[in-house]
Amino acid sequence: MKNKARTLIASAVAVACLSGNALADDKPLAGKTLAFVPTSLGYDLTDGWYNMLKKELEPEGLEIIVRDPNWSTATGAQALVSLISQKPDILMVQNPDVQSYARLLRRAENEGIPVLQINMRSSVETTAFVGADWVGIGKAMAESAVASCGDGSGGSGKISLVQGPLTSASSVYQMQGINEVLEGRDDIRVVSSQAANWDPSQARAITDTVLKQHADLCAVIDFWDGQAVGSAAAIRRQRGGEDVLLITNGGTEQTAACDNIANGTFDKYMTYNVREQSTDIAELVRKILTEDIRPGGERLDRTTAVRVIDADNLRDDSCWKLSDYK
Amino acid sequence: MRNNNVFSRLARGQLLSLTQEKIVFLLAVLLFAVFSFSLTGFASVDNLLGLLYNVSVLGVLGLAMALVVIGRGIDLSLIATMAISVAWSLTLIRDGVSIEAALLYGMLMALGIGIINGWLIAYAEIPALFCTLAMGTLVYGFGRIALIPVDVVYMPADPGWFGALGQGELFGIPAPVIVFVLLSVVATLVLRYTRFGRYTYYMGDNYQAARITGVPTRPMLVMQYGVTALIGFAAGLVTAASVDSMNTRIVNSTMIYDVILVVVLGGIGLSGGKGGVRNVIVGTLLIGILLNGMTIMNIEYTVQNFIKGAILLAALIFDSLINPRDEQTAQQGDI
Repeated sequence: MKNKARTLIASAVAVACLSGNALADDKPLAGKTLAFVPTSLGYDLTDGWYNMLKKELEPEGLEIIVRDPNWSTATGAQALVSLISQKPDILMVQNPDVQSYARLLRRAENEGIPVLQINMRSSVETTAFVGADWVGIGKAMAESAVASCGDGSGGSGKISLVQGPLTSASSVYQMQGINEVLEGRDDIRVVSSQAANWDPSQARAITDTVLKQHADLCAVIDFWDGQAVGSAAAIRRQRGGEDVLLITNGGTEQTAACDNIANGTFDKYMTYNVREQSTDIAELVRKILTEDIRPGGERLDRTTAVRVIDADNLRDDSCWKLSDYK
Repeated sequence: MRNNNVFSRLARGQLLSLTQEKIVFLLAVLLFAVFSFSLTGFASVDNLLGLLYNVSVLGVLGLAMALVVIGRGIDLSLIATMAISVAWSLTLIRDGVSIEAALLYGMLMALGIGIINGWLIAYAEIPALFCTLAMGTLVYGFGRIALIPVDVVYMPADPGWFGALGQGELFGIPAPVIVFVLLSVVATLVLRYTRFGRYTYYMGDNYQAARITGVPTRPMLVMQYGVTALIGFAAGLVTAASVDSMNTRIVNSTMIYDVILVVVLGGIGLSGGKGGVRNVIVGTLLIGILLNGMTIMNIEYTVQNFIKGAILLAALIFDSLINPRDEQTAQQGDI
């Protein structure tokens, strides 16, 4: 009786193992966990990455967990601490700035968890990075302004900057990129550089006041598409949308970007493609998990190219639609 | 009554007495004069209309907040109510619901939130501060999970009359300014001449006494928070129409403090029972003049904050020197 039971259990275990193996072939990432700490869920970038990754990697057996700190760096750090003790197979982090998570990311890697950083490099190098850099976006915006307003363009050379919060790293780095391009140039004059705190109402108020002061303003550089609709409203109200160039950037989601480029709200839109980034992320996650790349070993790096979208090169597929993934 | 003529008041120093409202008003006039002389383009009609436009939403929110503060309450969920109810309306319009129906749903949602706030404060007797603080988080969370797919909801391509609320103008005056003026007039009339208005002052001055003398304090509270939420919804409509979108991230911003600031700065004490629409207007104007002047001067944002803080503190210190608090003027529960 006892023997019979043993055989039964043994064969059951054997069957379970076999089917488990079969499953593993079919789902190479089965049993693996990816933990994601964004700056906040619920906006085009992070919703894009999250939903695209889910669509791509969950069928391969990967479990994706997400801790949403809703723009709070402190909450994000707490989430990282608890995640490190849970030991996921890979940690994916969108840094709010270069410093805040640096020590925690090093700790995670020291404990053997590979860290993939997206869209914002921390001061600590980790196993992988995917993303555009904000300095590059800032440079591209400034170069676009120089081309349209600087020497030989016929523009007045007067530009206005509408920044995000001064505590926001993405805003600070964009500013750095702009400064690098404008340094030493006499043909471009920054007549106003104000912070609108990612709030379109504040952007509208600032741009409205600046336009009244400078009748010959050539361009407005606004640091985020969600805020730039406010600047656009001020330009439309005072100048009928003509004459003043509006340059901005963002995550290229259809309603936030392409709809606004098509109807003339934005003139130049600097972009990094979230779809491309998600493909890169998925590829690196697969590589790290299947080839068992450990922290301290090979470094993987994918920089996303910055592109300019305007009314001339706008295509039906220039943007991605969040509704396709949700 | 006989003692109340100009001379006897002058003798008692009442006519010359400076209330906080007057101090802030003088400060505004002073700044206005300085900016007019020193900044080219500041005193132009065009810029002044722009200045009013830029603070009209803040002013409307100030009116909403003033109503509950006079009744000795506070509504920290005001910004969340405004952002989520209007963002939901815009989402519905984008999904194909007619503009009128979508706005009606949004309005009912705002009203509902206000009524629940009022009910919890009146009947469950939760302090307004905590109740509305929690409600703000709840409304934002619920809205973002269940109603609104992204954090910025854009206006539909053809918003019709709704768009005119932000971009339109009448006799050269921008629509948001007209909305602020109209709401100020209505609020003044309601606070001064209706039973609802008088009761609000009674309750703010002494809740228990008002209750004992027969004021229906509990239904009044429900109404106050309901009306406040409705005015908040109106402010949200103006915001959405003027920037073609509703950005729900403002719930996480310091906007609610700016609104409270306008109210307190104008001289409506947080202890209730005092002040009126004039105070809100004075507070709004001072902030508007400051912001506009500093933007023209292109002062760095951190320096702007410093100047703003310094001027506000100066106004408050001046007020407490001239009108010191004592046993008669101070109330239990003063913040």
